[in-house]
Amino acid sequence: MIEIHYFASIRERLACDRETLDTAPPTVAALVDALVERHGETWQRVLRDGRVLVAVNQEVASLQSALREGDEVAFFPPVTGG
Amino acid sequence: MDCRIRIAVQEQDFSLEAEGRVLQALPNVGALVSFSGLVREDHEGQKIDALFLEHYAGMTERSLEAIAREAASRWPLHAITIIHRIGTLRPGEQIVFVGVSSAHRAAAFSACEFLMDYLKTRAPFWKKCMLAGQSFWVEAKGSDSDAAERWRQD
Repeated sequence: MIEIHYFASIRERLACDRETLDTAPPTVAALVDALVERHGETWQRVLRDGRVLVAVNQEVASLQSALREGDEVAFFPPVTGG
Repeated sequence: MDCRIRIAVQEQDFSLEAEGRVLQALPNVGALVSFSGLVREDHEGQKIDALFLEHYAGMTERSLEAIAREAASRWPLHAITIIHRIGTLRPGEQIVFVGVSSAHRAAAFSACEFLMDYLKTRAPFWKKCMLAGQSFWVEAKGSDSDAAERWRQD
């Protein structure tokens, strides 16, 4: 199983803060495919926006990053703290 | 040299004086540089009522620690403190504190600026502007990425 978290504008646009997937897809790109498959067009638009950032186990990652069982993945917009 | 690192992500306000004392309370400190960020009254010409600060609990602390360790590896520092507030903050309130102590000023000045530039582009915080009857997320600025980019070491 993997856990997926959404933050800030991404969370609001999807109206979802977290969800789980029973089995881990091999990569982040495959995870995005699985999520678009599950939810449809809005998710396609939001997650395939080139500015979306991704973290795996709380470290910045990319679409090519590998996933394993038990991973925590997060999608979020560019950061604006400070 | 061992650098003492203190990271805090909290709703409560902080005291500049108290944080300054903590940074000074080490042997041979000759310089203390700090930066405090405050909530501005307006955002791109619009008066705001408040800012809401969201963060990714866990990753935020990890990324701030990583940024502090990076600074400690580049400059001879005695201590680093990073405090970032979350939740609802009104104009005029303190939002972020970065403080650095060292033997000499050059390291402290550079490290403090480096820490802020990296924090702004790497730590997972997001600001939302709240104003009469509406709210919107603040967009990331290219000038912040440029500021962080100049510290790159290849």
